[in-house]
Amino acid sequence: MTEQTSSATPMIKATAVNKYFGDLHVLKDITFEVPRGQVVVVLGPSGSGKSTLCRSINRLEPIDSGTIEVDGQPLPAEGRALAQLRADVGMVFQSFNLFAHKTILDNVMLAPVKVRKQDKATARKTAMELLERVGIANQAHKYPAQLSGGQQQRAAIARALAMKPKVMMFDEPTSALDPEMVQEVLDVMTGLAREGMTMFVVTHEMGFARKAADRVMFMADGEIVEDTTPDDFFTNPRSARAKDFLGKILTH
Amino acid sequence: MFDFLDKPLYAEYGGILGAFWVTIELTFFSAIGSLIWGTILAAMRVSPVPVMRAFGAAYVNVVRNIPLTVIIVASSMVLADQLLWTLGGSDSREISFRVAVLGFVAYTSCFVCETLRSGINTVPIGQAEAARALGLTFFQVLRIVVLPQAFRSVIAPLASVLIALTKNTTVTASIAGIEAAGLMAAMIERESDKVMLVFAMFAVGFVILTLPMGMFLGWVAKKVSVKR
Ligand SMILES: Nc1ncnc2c1ncn2[C@@H]1O[C@H](COP(=O)(O)OP(=O)(O)OP(=O)(O)O)[C@@H](O)[C@H]1O
Ligand SMILES: [Mg+2]
Repeated sequence: MTEQTSSATPMIKATAVNKYFGDLHVLKDITFEVPRGQVVVVLGPSGSGKSTLCRSINRLEPIDSGTIEVDGQPLPAEGRALAQLRADVGMVFQSFNLFAHKTILDNVMLAPVKVRKQDKATARKTAMELLERVGIANQAHKYPAQLSGGQQQRAAIARALAMKPKVMMFDEPTSALDPEMVQEVLDVMTGLAREGMTMFVVTHEMGFARKAADRVMFMADGEIVEDTTPDDFFTNPRSARAKDFLGKILTH
Repeated sequence: MFDFLDKPLYAEYGGILGAFWVTIELTFFSAIGSLIWGTILAAMRVSPVPVMRAFGAAYVNVVRNIPLTVIIVASSMVLADQLLWTLGGSDSREISFRVAVLGFVAYTSCFVCETLRSGINTVPIGQAEAARALGLTFFQVLRIVVLPQAFRSVIAPLASVLIALTKNTTVTASIAGIEAAGLMAAMIERESDKVMLVFAMFAVGFVILTLPMGMFLGWVAKKVSVKR
């Protein structure tokens, strides 16, 4: 019976989420569900609250009201239970955020050893496989500063995947990259999407949205204004704000 | 010229080398203690718990503004003389030594804490967030990601704190004549014709102690610096 409920339980469920920064109402009554295996791309103009929403899902940003559940479990308050939940939610940041004093391999092995209590040999083997998969196994013993941005971001993806997360969050993973490095990161993400990973991706890469996403959520001023398939969103935007946004993006 | 050094009067200090050895011991134990207590204070000052932050801030701001002489003399009079705490020491010399170390730790840890805190500020906040997002607890984030990088970035300023501590151990002379400054005071009293020589000897002694510290730690700082 638990089997049945768990496969029907959405991976992410947000209900009436509100968030303020001082007087600024950044998330306005946000409600949505992400079923398991779905790839959601979040689009929207700068300042619309995309990062805040992304970060609130593993409580890097606490919310003021509403509920967020990950795999049927409401977000616990700060503490050990929250750390456990975060371990199941992979997160990739715009600025990579690799640990500068550790090698790429140690970056990837760290959390499996310290959080999942894996033995080092197993963690190293898994880490090398993941680095192989994202195409930077030959960089394993270098430090982050010795890698290109694209390589660093792929290492960051490997680091998140090493925890065998249930869902992967991406906050503009390619925005800090030189143009020639964007594709190598998107390729890794597209691969993940194909393998059935549940993904929540904030990005400005329309190509990725069209090709890999199952669903587009368009945010403006802290609200989800449109929530539909990529095809429908790009060919048939309903709201004025989405039309305006697409007009600006597509003419660039 | 240096015959006066052989006077039996100075033998209880173990001569000039013996006196400087006590200075080194005072510095060593105080440095270890300050590093530990200073790190704990820094952890308190960046912790998410308001009570901890308030305690850390209050401690640092009060203690570092009290003159060291006051701390050492007061510790000696209150702890050893009034409360009769021996801190495990068996004779008055040992008790003075331990009281002095305690006072130096209490004082120097403030500077270790503040130095370390400036080092913590050099670690990009994103790395701590990434660590939290991976499921590390607050203490793991601090111990594994933040502090190792913070320490590496403040080794040079910590060397200055260590040098200051080495020289500050001379304040011990105000409670007991057991180290270099105590011996110097004794000599100044008795060798009035050689005062300049006595001063020069102790000045050179301290430079010999502290100069290599600064150079060595400067070299370490370069060696372990984190590339960004
Ligand atoms: N820590 C903070 N303190 C105060 N205001 C903040 C903070 N973080 C974000 N904001 C504000 O909240 C709003 C939403 O920010 P958010 O970063 O979520 O937008 P975004 O959609 O991700 O934008 P971008 O595309 O530029 O990344 C913005 O107006 C921003 O200035
Ligand atoms: Mg953003």
